[in-house]
Amino acid sequence: MGYVETHDLHKHFGEVRAVDGVNLDVAEGELLVLLGPSGCGKTTLMRMIAGLETPTSGRIVIGGEEVDEDVPPRARGVAMVFQSYALYPHKTAFGNIAFPLEALGLPPAQIAEKVDAGARMFGIGHLLRRLPRQLSGGERQRVALARAVVRDPRVFLFDEPLSNLDAQLRAIARYELKEFQRQIGTTTIYVTHDQVEAMGLGDRIAVMDRGKVRQIGTPQEVYDYPADTFVATFLGSPPMNLVEHDSETLLGFRPEHFLPREVFPAEEPVVTFHLRVRQIEHLGADRLLYGTLEEQARRDQTVIAALPVTIRTPIQEGEVYRFAVPQRALRTFDRATGRARDGAR
Amino acid sequence: MALRRQVGEAALAPPRVVTPRRTLADREDVLARVMLTPALLYVLLLVGLPFVLAILLSFSAATAGSLDFTWVGLRNFARLLPDPQFRLALRNTFLFTAVSQAIVILLAVTAANVLEAAFVGRRVVRFLLLLPWAVPVSLAAMAWTWIFDSTFSVVNWTLKVLGLLEGWFYWFGDPTLAMIAIITVHVWRMFPFATVIVLAGMTALPQEIREAAVVDGAGFFRRLFQVQLPLLLPIVTVSVLFGVVFTATDLGVVWLLTRGGPYNSTHVLATLAFQRGILAANLGQGAAIALFLLPVLVVVAWVMLRTARRTEVGG
Repeated sequence: MGYVETHDLHKHFGEVRAVDGVNLDVAEGELLVLLGPSGCGKTTLMRMIAGLETPTSGRIVIGGEEVDEDVPPRARGVAMVFQSYALYPHKTAFGNIAFPLEALGLPPAQIAEKVDAGARMFGIGHLLRRLPRQLSGGERQRVALARAVVRDPRVFLFDEPLSNLDAQLRAIARYELKEFQRQIGTTTIYVTHDQVEAMGLGDRIAVMDRGKVRQIGTPQEVYDYPADTFVATFLGSPPMNLVEHDSETLLGFRPEHFLPREVFPAEEPVVTFHLRVRQIEHLGADRLLYGTLEEQARRDQTVIAALPVTIRTPIQEGEVYRFAVPQRALRTFDRATGRARDGAR
Repeated sequence: MALRRQVGEAALAPPRVVTPRRTLADREDVLARVMLTPALLYVLLLVGLPFVLAILLSFSAATAGSLDFTWVGLRNFARLLPDPQFRLALRNTFLFTAVSQAIVILLAVTAANVLEAAFVGRRVVRFLLLLPWAVPVSLAAMAWTWIFDSTFSVVNWTLKVLGLLEGWFYWFGDPTLAMIAIITVHVWRMFPFATVIVLAGMTALPQEIREAAVVDGAGFFRRLFQVQLPLLLPIVTVSVLFGVVFTATDLGVVWLLTRGGPYNSTHVLATLAFQRGILAANLGQGAAIALFLLPVLVVVAWVMLRTARRTEVGG
């Protein structure tokens, strides 16, 4: 029994099936990331859990009780952090954090106490008198988090809360968010299209595409054993290489496993290819090689190899090299359905 | 590398020379003048000139019979101040403006909230709501004079049938009732416009902020008064500003309904100015009455625009 469950949840907008039969089971205290490209239905799914959208069909259970359209958002015990933070621009940071407590009808003294505690948790005690427009992006995000925390929700819902931050701030904010979630141990559902965020934050990741959950698993599971070619190519940057093996099978291997043959010990079982290198990118920590396999019938299909700086093999554009993938890193997919053949859980 | 070489060669090819030929459409300096001229002429001739003329007239003893600009200084204004009829008109103008604007805003915010919700037939209702604004004021006044007619009053008969009215309302025979009738008609005319403005403002509110309030557990009234209205304040202010200016300077409704009657008790400044200046041919006096509110309106406009700017949404 999960703490948050959805059972065959559907949301259709006319002909469009935004959410198409989703079954989720989020354990208490878990941080589940909903990951997928824009329009995959992840935000709609979250909004249904929050009560902002009414499901076309299916059931949602929070903490053992079913929440249907008769249970409005305020009765669900969920707190949501929006992509834009959605702070009330005319209220100070204090007023923003106090708002959900006022809605609960708490006495002012208790509100002040809780706001102070929440603000201290995020280190924004000195900013409480400021209006949102006088705060930086990171500070606004903290106010939004404090506003979500103060009324002790049963479930946190995060809708891409880091996407408005600078790239440099984002890594730190991600770390802090995870730290904070572990600390208070509240069940959390986190929506993002950023796979790095998903891998870094999630206890488990649910990868979504076109309204359906394609795979749920730990970050390592979905990365190492993608359930289908969509998950294989959506996760990872650069994505997993998919090459034709025969008329029914696709071979998949990650760029970081696709290395010059001589890197691997002679006795390690590997599959070798001849890689014609078309272009080289030096990215500092990595060298990315774009090329084609000489074994491939279709020469236009690009494969990518990611060589860490520790591998110093000299490589020239236009030349052909012997590259290899360790057997253990090789995945096979059905060409027609895209489903993983083996290895996947 | 091959790719880069190709790019390099393309860059070396001689650039195709396009002969620069400026047409009239490129000459923004000329276009600006040409396009602004009609608007400028319109404002100067039909707004500016009468305005200056009115100011001059208010300092003169001019009448409709003889346009001699005998300068009389502030005499026209000085004579107005003790004039009880003028004082009543001044009081009426403030009353008329304040009460009708208060009701208009109340109705507009309510209507905008209703119209924002998705329901079957919303388009039709929106269209119907805008009708009063589009109906010519004379046509509307005819309908309303019938509604408030001393014998056939639709309001009276309806109340009578419902058993809510004991005696009889002589709408245009009693100063208070006449004022109520005037305010009713004016509110009916003004509130669609205000509704559209408020509705536009509501549509522009960030959706996420309103949803945040829902998830934060705020009920309808808390959301309305603590989130929606504060955010709408700038646009409501603009709407009130328009309303105040339109109402304080309105001639049509009062004139068409009561002509200032009964016993000159429902005159506002605009109708009094019309009666004195045009009908009684005392141009100087009429101009003075008409201009009397100008400083007040300028201050009102200034204050409201400042408020609107300071309480900007977002950020």
